[in-house]
Amino acid sequence: MSGPTGSVLVRVEHLVKHFPVRLGAYGERRAVVHAVDGISFEIQDGETLGLVGESGCGKSTAGQTILQLHRPTSGKVYYHGQDLTTLDEKALRPIRQKMPIVFQDPYSTLNPRMTVGAAIAEPLLIHKLAGKKEAQDRVAELLRQVGLSPACANRYPHEFSGGQRQRICIARALACAPEFIVCDEPISALDVSIQAQVINLLEDLQEQHTLTYLFIAHDLAVVRHISDRVAVMYLGRLAELASKHALFDRPLHPYTQALLVSVPLPNPRHERARRKVALGGDVPSAIDPPTGCRFHPRCPLAGSDCIETTPQWREVEAGHWVACHRVA
Amino acid sequence: MDTLLDVRNLETRFRVRKGYVYAVNDVSFQLQRREVLGVVGESGCGKSVTMLSLLRLLPPAARIEKGQALFEGQDLLQMRARDLRHVRGAQIAMVFQDPLTSLNPVVRIGVQMAEPLIYHRGLSMTAALARCAELLSLVGVADGQSRLRDYPHQLSGGMRQRVMIAMAMGCQPKVLIADEPTTALDVTIQAQIVALVKELRDQVQAAIIWITHDLSVIAGLADRVIVMYAGQVVEEAPVDDLYDDPRHPYTVKLLGALPSAGEARKRRLTSIPGSPPDLVAPPQFCSFFPRCEHAIEQCRNENPVLEPVPGVTTEGVHHRIACWVDIRDRQASPAPDGEDRHS
Repeated sequence: MSGPTGSVLVRVEHLVKHFPVRLGAYGERRAVVHAVDGISFEIQDGETLGLVGESGCGKSTAGQTILQLHRPTSGKVYYHGQDLTTLDEKALRPIRQKMPIVFQDPYSTLNPRMTVGAAIAEPLLIHKLAGKKEAQDRVAELLRQVGLSPACANRYPHEFSGGQRQRICIARALACAPEFIVCDEPISALDVSIQAQVINLLEDLQEQHTLTYLFIAHDLAVVRHISDRVAVMYLGRLAELASKHALFDRPLHPYTQALLVSVPLPNPRHERARRKVALGGDVPSAIDPPTGCRFHPRCPLAGSDCIETTPQWREVEAGHWVACHRVA
Repeated sequence: MDTLLDVRNLETRFRVRKGYVYAVNDVSFQLQRREVLGVVGESGCGKSVTMLSLLRLLPPAARIEKGQALFEGQDLLQMRARDLRHVRGAQIAMVFQDPLTSLNPVVRIGVQMAEPLIYHRGLSMTAALARCAELLSLVGVADGQSRLRDYPHQLSGGMRQRVMIAMAMGCQPKVLIADEPTTALDVTIQAQIVALVKELRDQVQAAIIWITHDLSVIAGLADRVIVMYAGQVVEEAPVDDLYDDPRHPYTVKLLGALPSAGEARKRRLTSIPGSPPDLVAPPQFCSFFPRCEHAIEQCRNENPVLEPVPGVTTEGVHHRIACWVDIRDRQASPAPDGEDRHS
């Protein structure tokens, strides 16, 4: 891995994304889903930032809002120092080729009526980076890079297994020589033995092309394996962000601690000795999130200040960010 | 030991346009009373179809070609449909992966839960609902009495799965089959459900078959584990033996492919090249051999059968594998990817 160079590639400031929804049998009640509610962080050039959280915590929305696939409600996203939120679609287009996304489900992301070759070539043709002829050579090259035979270009998505389809999606993401790839749960839909193949592939490609990843996942073990730094999200807000080692060895936020303890290990003795459930209850609704610290209804350390005031997002040690009243 | 369920040489296949898919091939296993059996395998390995075959809950395109499934001496596969209905839900209950699709969205939770109690145990609706409220508190749903009037969409995913488990336990079955019950859930909720099932196991004394693709989930739960690949059982062992000393090359690789949250980063994950076979032909040779680094000539020609590993028994329970190669001989010369984490 080339590793982070220290310069900031993406800077996110107080990013907010609310979705208006209508509730009730006839849509008579208006409400707002607080999907992402004021998150700030930086992604360094060449690093992998893992973004973890339980389903519904807003991690995918965060990824898509950074890429301007959802326009943010408020907040800023800087890419190479340029504020993406002020750009219109036309101005964004040349930047988009540098920041593709790989989605979770490789079955629904590929058009079943398009050959694999056509799917991979499409971004090249749209961005006018290649003519029809050159595109074919480029597709063959891309397929080779992701470990598929160039002959696959003439086949259709249904002829491939899940792992192979995810390789095709990755090849398409690589087509325009990107710098920054958002991987939105790229391996969650795959079997264990295939997951390892795709993780290894992503790591190899990062090394070869000096890519920066935002790796969104709910699987902590995978995130620990692939990331340089890890951010933990809970109900639209960041709970903690730190280098991988700091976060896994010395988690500060009670939610991070509970999350880490909940992960089962492939070790029968360790698992049998497990008695206590780390975290009771469910994730509250993002339509009506709890006041103050959003984690307080489930938090073992919660006090009255947690109910009343929102904890500040602050750097408690160099590079270790946390939002919790109980952390000194 | 006291065998509750004895499955012998089960074969199930699906009719498809081009012929057949051989989903379950010669699967045999036993379940002891009060035992927790883990069934591990990737998607399409036949683990769910095996269990659905036992209860004859298969879709019309599937047919059980061969085999026996003796439940307390009676063959479930030969039983009259009318008699089988008194086994399903009452003696052998099942919990499915996705609780939202297993619950009827337009019927209140209480009425759905009461149904098996009324049918199998002959309770009145009032008595059944009272029992359901008890069951809900047993599975940790607070305020069970008022929850009975909720519809499924009013409950969270973890809550729905608790309802499914309560429903399955309602008639005090002898066997509970849980088909990936935590796969759709978040990790903190998964931990809650696993803890719940551990508790229930001690309280109600049912035998449990827990199907999963995640070797970590069942580590603390199972007494014994069987590993399936391409419609066959490839390894069967007491839980400690399986994790400490896996013998089938597939199991070894599967354990190696897990990035572990408890360990520092390894340089590369052990990956298994290729992908599982699509089972359009009955197995003529070891179905793992195209992906196996230990394969020898015999693997190409003969399908191995499940046999005890010589010399390994824990309290009389055998460690069995279906493999022609003894990988212990091979580990002296290290494999390219290295099995270091289990040495």
